[in-house]
Amino acid sequence: MHGRPRRSPKPEDAAAAAAKASKLHELQSLLLQNHQNRIYTKEALLASSKLIEVNPEIYTAWNYRKLALQHSLNGVSDPEAIKSAVEDELRVVEAALRRNPKSYGAWYHRKWVLNQKLAEVDFGREFRLLDQLLKADARNFHGWSYRRFVTRLKNVLEEEELGFTMDMINTNFSNYSAWHNRSILLSHLLGKKANGFESKEKILSEELELVRQALFTDPSDQSGWFYHLWLLDQTCSGDQLKLISSWPIHQSKLVLPIVKEKDNCNSFLYPFQRETLPIVLYFNKPVKGITSSTVMVSSELAKNEDLTWKPLLASNLGEANCWATYLMILEGNCSTSQTFSVEVEVGCSEGIVSVSGLHYNPSKFKFSVEFDHNVPEQAQGNLAQEPFSWNYSEKFYSQENSDFTSFDQLKINDDALKEDLKWHFDTLSEEITLFKEMSEENCKFVKLTLARLLIAYDAMKSPENSLQQKRKHCEEALELFDDLIKLDPSHKRYYEDEQSLVLLDQVTSDKESLVKYCWQYDNPNFSTFRRHNCLQLRRLSLTRVGFVERMLWVQILDLSHNKLRSIAGLEALQLLICLNLSNNQISSFTSLEPLKRLSSLRVLDLSFNEIGAHPVDTTRYLCSSPLSHTFDVKGIMEVLQKDNINVADHWEMMLLFKSLNLKQLNMKGNPVSSENFGQLVTKILPSLHWVDGERVR
Amino acid sequence: MAEISASASTSASTPSQDYHPAIDPATFDLVVSGTGLPESLLAAAAAAAGKSVLHLDPNPFYGSHFASIPLPSFSSLLSPSYSSPSPHSSAASTPSYDAIDLHRRPIYSEIETSGSPPEPSRSFLVDLAGPRVLYCADAAVDLLLRSGASHHVEFKSVDASLVYWEGRLSTVPDSRQAIFKDRTLSLAEKSQMMRFLKLVQGHIASDRGGAADEGLGRISEEDLLIPFVEFLRKQRLPPKIRAIILYAIAMADYDQEIVESNKLVTTKEGVETIALYSSSIGRFTNSVGAFLYPMYGHGELPQAFCRCAAVKGALYVLRMPVVSLLIDREKSEYVGVRLASGQDIFSSQLVMEPSCQVPPSLSLSEDLNTSSSTGNVARGVCITSSSLERDSSSVLVVFPPKCENCFLFFINISSHTGTFVCQLFHLIIRAFCYMPVKSIACVFAVALYSEQLTTIRVLQLSSNVAVCPPGLFMVYLSTPCNDAIIGKDYIKAAIHALFATNTLGSSEGSVEPNTEDKESETRPTVLWSCVYVQELAQGSFGPVCLSTLPDEHVDYRNIIESTKELFSKMYSQAEFLPQTSEPGDIEDDNGSAE
Repeated sequence: MHGRPRRSPKPEDAAAAAAKASKLHELQSLLLQNHQNRIYTKEALLASSKLIEVNPEIYTAWNYRKLALQHSLNGVSDPEAIKSAVEDELRVVEAALRRNPKSYGAWYHRKWVLNQKLAEVDFGREFRLLDQLLKADARNFHGWSYRRFVTRLKNVLEEEELGFTMDMINTNFSNYSAWHNRSILLSHLLGKKANGFESKEKILSEELELVRQALFTDPSDQSGWFYHLWLLDQTCSGDQLKLISSWPIHQSKLVLPIVKEKDNCNSFLYPFQRETLPIVLYFNKPVKGITSSTVMVSSELAKNEDLTWKPLLASNLGEANCWATYLMILEGNCSTSQTFSVEVEVGCSEGIVSVSGLHYNPSKFKFSVEFDHNVPEQAQGNLAQEPFSWNYSEKFYSQENSDFTSFDQLKINDDALKEDLKWHFDTLSEEITLFKEMSEENCKFVKLTLARLLIAYDAMKSPENSLQQKRKHCEEALELFDDLIKLDPSHKRYYEDEQSLVLLDQVTSDKESLVKYCWQYDNPNFSTFRRHNCLQLRRLSLTRVGFVERMLWVQILDLSHNKLRSIAGLEALQLLICLNLSNNQISSFTSLEPLKRLSSLRVLDLSFNEIGAHPVDTTRYLCSSPLSHTFDVKGIMEVLQKDNINVADHWEMMLLFKSLNLKQLNMKGNPVSSENFGQLVTKILPSLHWVDGERVR
Repeated sequence: MAEISASASTSASTPSQDYHPAIDPATFDLVVSGTGLPESLLAAAAAAAGKSVLHLDPNPFYGSHFASIPLPSFSSLLSPSYSSPSPHSSAASTPSYDAIDLHRRPIYSEIETSGSPPEPSRSFLVDLAGPRVLYCADAAVDLLLRSGASHHVEFKSVDASLVYWEGRLSTVPDSRQAIFKDRTLSLAEKSQMMRFLKLVQGHIASDRGGAADEGLGRISEEDLLIPFVEFLRKQRLPPKIRAIILYAIAMADYDQEIVESNKLVTTKEGVETIALYSSSIGRFTNSVGAFLYPMYGHGELPQAFCRCAAVKGALYVLRMPVVSLLIDREKSEYVGVRLASGQDIFSSQLVMEPSCQVPPSLSLSEDLNTSSSTGNVARGVCITSSSLERDSSSVLVVFPPKCENCFLFFINISSHTGTFVCQLFHLIIRAFCYMPVKSIACVFAVALYSEQLTTIRVLQLSSNVAVCPPGLFMVYLSTPCNDAIIGKDYIKAAIHALFATNTLGSSEGSVEPNTEDKESETRPTVLWSCVYVQELAQGSFGPVCLSTLPDEHVDYRNIIESTKELFSKMYSQAEFLPQTSEPGDIEDDNGSAE
C-alpha cells in the first residue's frame, strides 16, 4: 500500500464510476430512509451492508447498524441469537476492510462491537485478521492501533507484544509502526517497573544496541532514527521536575528606584508599571498547577492571596515552562526606606505537575527589596521627549557591578542536580563516538543525530563536563549544522534554528562568555538607563530566540542584524523595556505576538524587517486566532472609518499594537510602512510619542 | 509419444540384461550416451528442435555422474571396477566401416570411507555431484520453467547460508535484513557491507534501467575489468567483509588474495553473481534465501529433462553401454555406434560423457577429442546426527580460503615466526580434540607445504528434501584441487572443524583434554563419511561431442553455459530449449519453490 504509483483513469473507468455512483445513490437514499423511519428489518440491514461493502466511508451507515444492533438485541437473551448478530457485524466489517483496509469507520465499528461485550470474543479470528492486514502492509497504523486494542481487550502481556514488535522488526526494520509500538510498550513497562524492566538504564542500553544495528545497516532509513530520537530523549530527560531559573533570583537585593510624579504620587521607575513587581518562575519542563496555593509568596509587601499566576509560553493544554505573577506593592510601603524580604516557596502544596506526570519537590528562594528615592526627576519623561538611540559605552559591564544580575540561576536547585548522571554521560559519549565514526558518510540523519547528541551531552550539568569540552562540542555542532544546510537545503530553516540555539547556549552558558555581550547603556539623555541591564546579541545570524531562562534579568535587548523570523520565547523577559529587532527577517505582525505579554516594553525598533513583504501571513497558524481578540475594537473602527481606512487591511497590526504600551516605535524599511501607516499606528497606540524617529505627540 | 516414453520406462525396468529388443529405426539424428544433466539437456534441446534422438545410458538409473542414488549402490559406483565395462565384442569390422572399442576411464579416485551408515541405508539418497544448489533466479531454473521440466521437480529453499570465520559459523549477511540481524559483524562492518551492497545494487539497477543519472553509483568501466578483490580493497572493505563477499556471495572458489593467481574473478563477474544472488532472494515468495534444492536430490533434474526429451519423441534405453564407435572406412568419419547388445546404430552426431575414452590410435581425419582433465574436485559425503544450525535443516556453509578453519594452518603461520613451539603446542591441543592421533602425521605433512587455497563448500540437507530419514542429516562437501591428497585433506579438515567424529575418536580415549569436551559435545556427530576425488573435464565439440562432468562450483551456471555452447555448435540454427507453448508455465513461478 506504500509506494504504489497512481494510475490515470481510462475512459471505461469513467463509465464504471458512473454506474457505481447510481447504484450507490440508490442504496444511500434507501439507507437514509430506513434510518429516518427506524426500520431495522432484515432487508433494511442487508441493504446497509451492501452499501458499506461498496463504500465503507459512509459513517451514517455504520451508525445505523449500531442502532439496529442495539434495537434487535433489545431484550434478547438467547446467546445463540446474540452471537449470530455480532457475527454478522464482524462479517460486514471484514467485507468493508476488503474494500478499504484503511477505513476508519470500519475499524471503529469493529471496536465498538467488541466493546459491547455481547458475546465472547474470538481472539483467534481477530489476530488472524491482523496477521492478514500486517502481511499486506506491515506498517499500517490502523492495523497496529487495532492490535493494541485487541491485546488490551485480551489482556495480552505487554512483554509478549514487545516480542511481536521484535519479530516484525526482524522481518523488516523499516517499520515505523513496529518501532513506535515498541516505544509505547516500553514506556508502560518501564513506568510500572514490570518484572525484568526495573532498570531503565539496562533496558535503554539494550534498545540502543538494537537500534544501532538498524542505523548502521542502513543509515538512510528513517524509521530507526525516529526510535533513536525517542531513546535519546529518554536518556537525556531527567526524571525530575526542577525550577531552573527565576526572577528575582535567590538572595538578590533589588533596589527599585522611585520617582515622584507631578501629581506627587509615588511611582516606580521603569521598567515596572506603577506599583507592580514581577516574579518569574522558569521550570525545566512545562508544568501546570501554579497558583497562589501551590506557590507561597511571603512578604510584607503584598498578600499572597492577591497573586494570580499566569503562564507565559503556554501550550494548548495550559502547561508552560514559564509562569509569572505581579506583586502589587501595598500603598505606603514604597515611601519607606525599609528593606523588605520576600520569600517564595514553590510547591508548598501538591499540584505542580508536568506533562509527563512528574511532581515538583518543594523548594524555596528569597530576595530583598529596597526603594531608592534619590532619582532625578526627569528620568521618567525622557522616552516621551527624546528619541531612544541604541548606543553603548565601549566598556563591558564590570563583573563587580552589583547591578549585573548573576544569571547563574542554577544555584536555586543545585542539590537536586546531584543525581547520578554517570550512566547518562557514558551512554551519550558512547553514542557520540559511534556516530563520529559514521559521520564521514554524507548522511543527514547521522549528522543531525550527532549534533543532537553533542548538544544533549552539553546540556547535562556535571563536573565531568568541562567548559573547554563544551566549547569544542558547540563548535562541532555548529559545523554539523553547516554541513546539513548544504546537504539538505529543504530543511535549511530547521537547521538554522538549531544553530541559533547552539549559539545562544554558547553565549549564555557561563558568566565569562555572557559578560562579553553585556554592555552599559550610554546616552547622556538617558542617564538613568545606565542602571538597566543591557544585553546585546547583534550579528549572530540568529533565526530564533532561545535559552530565555538565562536572560530573565534583561531590560534592554538588542537583537538587531540577525536573521530572526520568530521571537517566540521573548515573552518570558518580563523586565524588558527596550527591544531592538531591526534588520531581521520578521515577516508578519502575527509573529510578534509574544510582545503582547511584555507589559513593560516601551521602545520597539522593527526597522528593516520584511513585514508586509508576503501577502499571505504564513506564521498565523502559530498564533491565537485573530477572532479571539479581547479588546474593544469598536472605538478604533469608528475612528478609522472616519479617515476612510479599511480596517480589514490592518487587522493584524491593530491586534498587536492595541495591546502594547509603546512610547517609541520604528517601522522604517518595512514593505508595510508608509506615511499612512504612521498615522494609523499613532491612532491605535495613544501612548506613542515617537514613530520612525519623529515626534508624533 | 506416450508409447515412446512408455517404451523408455520398460527398457529401463527390464530385469534381464541379456535380452535386448532391437532398436527400430536404427538411424537417428543424434545419439547421446549418458544421462547426466548436460547430456539430458542436449537430448531435450535436440528433441525440441525436431531432431530424432536416441538416449542411452549404461547404468540402470538416470543421471550418470549427476545422479542421486541410494547409499548401498553409492560405494560400488565410485569403485573403479564399475568404470570399465567389458566390451561386448572385440573390434569387429563390417564392409563399410570399422568399429573402434571405447574405454571408460575412472573419474573417481582416492575413495575413503569410514563409519557405517545407519540402517536402512537404502533410505539415504546420495548426490554424486554434491554439494550443489540452484539460485532461485539462475539459468537452470529458467530452463526448467521454459522447457516444462519444472512439472517433474519440486524444490525446497535452503534455509540458511553460513560462513565459517575464526572458528565459528555465522550467517552470511547477504541482505539488508540479514545484515541487521547479524550479531557477529561490528557496526562499522555492517555499515560498510550495506554500503557496498547498495553500490552494487545501484550499478545493477542502472545497468537494467539504463538510467545512470539517478544518483545511484555506477561502477566505472575501468573498475569492472580489474580483479574483484582489488575493487573490494579500493572500497576499503576489511578482510572479513571481503571474504564474505568474495566467497559467500560472489561464490569465488579459489583464493582471490593471491595476486599472481589466474583464477581471479573480475569485478564484472563478481557483480553479475551478486546481481544473480540478490535477484534470487525473494524471487519466490515461499523461499527464504537465494538457493533451492530439488526434492529427492539432484538426480531429479536430468530425469526431468529426459522426460521433456521423451515427450518430444526421444527414445530412451537404459543399461545400454556404447561399446564401439563406427568409423567410415573410406572417409574416416564417424557414422554410428555399436551398442552392448551388438546392434549398430547410425547417427550424424554423437554426444558422450567425457569419461569415455577413445583409443589414441584412431585413424580419423580429425582428431577425435579426448577430454583433457582440467583438475580435480575433492568431495565428501557425511551422515550426521544433528543439524549444524539450530532451527535450520538445510544449510549452505562456506570455508573461505586461508581462513583458520583448520588447525593445520597454525603451523604454516608459525613456521616463520619465533613462536613455533607455542603455536605447535596449540596445534597439538587442538589436534587432539578434533582428530585421531594417527592423523596428526598427515596433518603435519599438509600443513607444511600448503595453506588453504580454495574455498570449501558444505551443504547440509535433511529429511524435508526426502534424501534421508528424519532426525539425520546428509552433508556434502567439496573443494577444487590440483593435488588429490591436498583436496581430500581440506575436506577432512572441514569435517573435523564442523563435526565430532566419534567413530574415529574412540581410540584416543584418555588423550582428549577435558576442557574441550563440551565444545565437541555440542557439535553434530558424523556417523558415516566418504571422501573421494573426482576428475574435472570440460566438454568439447567435434565429430564426437563430449559433454561436461560435474564441475567444482556449487551451482549449475557453468555447466549450462557450456552445454548451451555445445548445442549451438551442433545445431547453429536451432534455439536452445525454446519456451514451450503451454501458457501456464511462467505464471506457475511460485509453484516451483515448494
